[in-house]
Amino acid sequence: MRLMRSELTRFPLVKTLLKNRWPQLLVWFVMLAGFLFAILSGFFGTPVGNRNFGIVFVWIAWWAVLILVAVPFFGRGWCAVCPIPLPGEWLQRGAIMDPPGKKPRWFNLRWPNRLRNIWLQNLTFTLVALFSSVILTTPKVTAIVLSAMLFLAIGMSIVFERRTFCRYLCPVGGFIGLYAQAAPMELRVKDKQTCLACKDKPCYNGSPAGYGCPWDVFPGGLMKNTYCGLCMECLRTCPYDNIAINTRPFSADLAKPSTRMDEAFKAFIMLGAAMIYAGVFLGPWGGLKLAAYSVGSLAWFGYTAAFLAFTFGLLPALFLGAVWIGKALTKTTLALKKAFTAFATALVPLGLMFWVAFSLSFVLTNAAYILSSLSDPFGWGWNLFGTAAITWQPYLTPLLLPLQTLVLVGGLLWTGRTAQKAGLEVKISPVPVIVFSTVTTIAMLGLLL
Amino acid sequence: MSKKQWFFGFLVVLAGAVIVFAPLLVRAVPPTRRTFRVEASQFAYLPAVLQVNPGDLVTIELVSMDVVHGLYLDGYGVSVTADPGQTAHLTFTADRSGSFRFRCNVTCGALHPFMIGKLQVGPNLWLWRAIALTALAMLAILILHPSLPKAQAS
Ligand code: SF4
Ligand code: SF4
Ligand code: SF4
Ligand SMILES: [Cu+2]
Repeated sequence: MRLMRSELTRFPLVKTLLKNRWPQLLVWFVMLAGFLFAILSGFFGTPVGNRNFGIVFVWIAWWAVLILVAVPFFGRGWCAVCPIPLPGEWLQRGAIMDPPGKKPRWFNLRWPNRLRNIWLQNLTFTLVALFSSVILTTPKVTAIVLSAMLFLAIGMSIVFERRTFCRYLCPVGGFIGLYAQAAPMELRVKDKQTCLACKDKPCYNGSPAGYGCPWDVFPGGLMKNTYCGLCMECLRTCPYDNIAINTRPFSADLAKPSTRMDEAFKAFIMLGAAMIYAGVFLGPWGGLKLAAYSVGSLAWFGYTAAFLAFTFGLLPALFLGAVWIGKALTKTTLALKKAFTAFATALVPLGLMFWVAFSLSFVLTNAAYILSSLSDPFGWGWNLFGTAAITWQPYLTPLLLPLQTLVLVGGLLWTGRTAQKAGLEVKISPVPVIVFSTVTTIAMLGLLL
Repeated sequence: MSKKQWFFGFLVVLAGAVIVFAPLLVRAVPPTRRTFRVEASQFAYLPAVLQVNPGDLVTIELVSMDVVHGLYLDGYGVSVTADPGQTAHLTFTADRSGSFRFRCNVTCGALHPFMIGKLQVGPNLWLWRAIALTALAMLAILILHPSLPKAQAS
């Protein structure tokens, strides 16, 4: 089924809701309150993870919404309401609502050119992933990680211009951006000619109507969703009403293969992490769980080495082999590196669907904790809504295996089509890459079913 | 899409339906009584994978080696709890085939939500069906969209 391209901002109500600062501010306040409450409960609530609001709301509720709904359907939609960069941004601007002042208030440095890529995000995600067993289960550690993100974002807002934390450091932002390419929603300019004729480019430079793109993106040049945070600022600043939010077919951005190695590796890290998580968290291997949990122990170093070897070594190496065979089959002169990054684009739907399949199980079996921790967020014996004592049980387990199968097989079909499009672009046979994707899908099935 | 492609697509869907729904003859093994001693400790069951045949009368002796642990069996909805050092019994007829996770249902520590084991009743047919479906998907992509313009190949 093809989702028709249609402009959502042509509806006056949608446009007003997005353009006006108040609705967004309201959502931001709610999100910020929830976020701060999660940190508080992490520090002061019960140390038992599945009884603590911070753990349950961040890693079960938020994660479920993010990976099952927000990312697949709205791309960077989460970033539009995310509370993490807000305090820093407000400080940077010296305002919450006011139109921009003339002078930058702080250092306002440019982010160094050498770091203008997502390698740092690859690193931060990998770090979080390596400690995930502890972060996911220990309220205090979750609270520390969340506060660290908040303060890093504040610090970076003071030192650098715009939202450098989001663009270059946020461990979540990297994969949201990668997978946002698959979403059936986009923010683009309506007419490029208008942008060419537009002198001051207020969407990038700012104007009394609003701030220049906080994500350091020039909306007139947007080709893919990856780095636009959907903050709606350009909708406010463009004097020619040239910004539109459109629905579009799924995976529209993937028709144009990536040329960047940092994005290619993001795809491998995500794919590998989903498979490792499926084994560690959902598998029956107790030793593996303990190894992942016992940070600093010999077993943990072994786990870390295996994690890194798999995501940064084995997976990319096998993939490179597949690309190489495809290249040999088609006798082209294209550099192997270019073919590698182009085909890595095809791993975007595969990885996304791996995460959906993993999270379905994780979320449905743990969803019961949401109700109980809502009534007793700190684990202090409260019962605010009468749901504190609700007995745990997994939900919808009979549907789980068929659903996961559907998601994974659908992901493979989607990846296959994407690989074929990439193959046409670079004129290399995609067949070996499709075989690679099939083998990884079967491995994932084996881990989940 | 051409008529041929539509027809082929239809065939693929049909083949998929056969793979998912075809009744498979599994050699029936006469049901027996089976007893497993399962040791529960933070955060694993030992043994973690139990294999039985459909119709077997299964008894799980859950022995807790450290703190209170439980065992909740997905799909069957039965559960049992064992106090430290104690043995608890759970008996049921394995009248549903397939692969079922069992999980600890007593908060027992940090990794409690991930304390998981697996009961396998008969062969894991669903896994084989899923693998066949995956292979079918791969073939469908390769045949439905012969991927390279022939002129470019060699
Ligand atoms: S990049 Fe990270 S911190 Fe920034 S808005 Fe997105 S999720 Fe929030
Ligand atoms: S302000 Fe509007 S017209 Fe001008 S460059 Fe930006 S999007 Fe284009
Ligand atoms: S200003 Fe426009 S292009 Fe920049 S992040 Fe916000 S919505 Fe995206
Ligand atoms: Cu337990």
